Amino acid sequence: MIDQASRIAYLEKIQPGKIIIWTLLFLGGVVMITPLAFMISTSFKTGTEVFNLGIIPENPTLKNYIFILNESKFLRWMLNSLWVATFSTVSVVFFDSLVGYTLAKFTFRGQTIVFVAILSTLMIPTEMLIIPWYMMSREFGWIDTYWGIAFPGLMTGFGTFLMRQFFMGLPDELIEAARIDGWSEFAIWSKIAMPLVVPALSALAIFHFLGNWTAFIWPLIVTNDPDLYTIPVGLASFNGEFETDWEIVMTASCLATLPTLLVFLLLQKFIIRGVMLAGLKG
Amino acid sequence: MAYYLPSLKLQFRYLMFVSFWNKLSINQKLAITAWLFLAVPIAFYVIIRFYPTFEAFYVSTLKWNLLGAKKYIGLRNYEKIFADEDFWLVLLNTFKYAGVGVPISLFLAFSIAYFLNEINRWHDFIRALYFIPFLTTAVAMAWVWKWFYQPMPIGYINYFLTSVGIPAQPFLKSVHQGLYAIMAPAVWAGLGFQVIIFIAGIRAIPRSYYEAAEIDGAGRWQILREITLPSLKPTVIFLTVVSTIGFLRIFDQVYSMTTNGSGGPLNTTKPLVLMIYEFAFDEFKLGRAAALTVILFVILLVISMFQLWLMRKKP
Repeated sequence: MIDQASRIAYLEKIQPGKIIIWTLLFLGGVVMITPLAFMISTSFKTGTEVFNLGIIPENPTLKNYIFILNESKFLRWMLNSLWVATFSTVSVVFFDSLVGYTLAKFTFRGQTIVFVAILSTLMIPTEMLIIPWYMMSREFGWIDTYWGIAFPGLMTGFGTFLMRQFFMGLPDELIEAARIDGWSEFAIWSKIAMPLVVPALSALAIFHFLGNWTAFIWPLIVTNDPDLYTIPVGLASFNGEFETDWEIVMTASCLATLPTLLVFLLLQKFIIRGVMLAGLKG
Repeated sequence: MAYYLPSLKLQFRYLMFVSFWNKLSINQKLAITAWLFLAVPIAFYVIIRFYPTFEAFYVSTLKWNLLGAKKYIGLRNYEKIFADEDFWLVLLNTFKYAGVGVPISLFLAFSIAYFLNEINRWHDFIRALYFIPFLTTAVAMAWVWKWFYQPMPIGYINYFLTSVGIPAQPFLKSVHQGLYAIMAPAVWAGLGFQVIIFIAGIRAIPRSYYEAAEIDGAGRWQILREITLPSLKPTVIFLTVVSTIGFLRIFDQVYSMTTNGSGGPLNTTKPLVLMIYEFAFDEFKLGRAAALTVILFVILLVISMFQLWLMRKKP
């Protein structure tokens, strides 16, 4: 912290245009959130007021929200997204850390092969697997099921790699001491190792959840029944239906975006640190 | 309360197991535990990742419409793709998204991170303004941008342009502007992530480098060029590769912003993944679509290999 502060102090000395820079950065930031501001403002406007381009709605109304929740399956889609993303995130947190731990803290023949094989899956783009996954889903009747939406993402090479990196940082003595005390291997992992990598685990969980919440192409393919749509697929289905009712579409976009924004506002420091963590280790 | 008494056979097997287990060395026990932990994940990776990868190669050699019989046609799918004018247009579009989008977003992200790192007042707040779009859903934001691009009575951007004396633009309806109009929200949404990574990279540069430069009387520009940028080389490589791969796989924005998800007007905004989607799930030419995914795979593989090579050359 002191480092940073003194570097800033040093740079401030040679930076007379600092106020200009600050103003430009601030204005840039305002431009960045303009689309979101207009999206939110329009969701409170009436249909005729959409043509009035002001940011503050003249007669704020909740009519659009009531309309969306009554006339479309939006609530259902939100629950679908929530359920699929939660299920998938729990699975990733469990399995990626278990595999990461096993690869970091056990020694056995074939270890390197397993690690390289899992790592190599990072090279395979999702798009390449989509056709075989679709064939598989048709074969086993997974089309239009939650399992069908979630199964491709239940474990990830990236998460495994990330968790392995963090578990490698734990001292071996800790694990050996627990072994001598007669702890089972599973208990050592879940009760001793896991609590020590909570920051990495939560970063992984947040990003996996966000990735699932916004995932589009696979849910689009594996669902035909509007009851099983996730939020992005449902939103895309508005193409045509509410094409020109911009206030309705903006309300739906708001409902899709606000949950993640709220989570961000609550966990801001945590999330930013998570991005740095994932970016530097990955 | 009835007690369950296992059959003699089971009791015998249990005893056999215990005596077998007790004869093992600690390392053998640990190895067995490790494989036990890995059993379900290995099954998952084999069934959900490796088998489908090989299946994609196999399907790319078939003529198949999902319902009828599979017919082996060797490399005919690839021949057809390379003979198809649309494919070359789509490939060009895909590279345009990456070729234009990546430099613009890296330049913007670095400039923002560089200056953001120097300011104190409201630092976290301003950083949050840049980061927030990263958390949005591409499909939802596609709607917002599509609305911004509308012609005059509704579209904000055209309203703004005409009010400063620039004629209204067609944006999404134009064969020249469409692709860039779709690229803009992709750049916008990805910027926050890159800014954060750049800030982390800048902060990891040892302070002694700057002090040494200061003693040598280096100017701001010189410090940027000779210390900051070279030290950020790994960060730049990482972000270039990640965002190149991201732009080459662009789909959500194009599908949501073009009329009926067609990649129009006249295919001028259609990227490779949208073409794959159309072949596979609109026309049910699964062989052709799979061959396209193999081509995408090869392109991405070359880029990843290039990254590894660049990283290795680092002293």
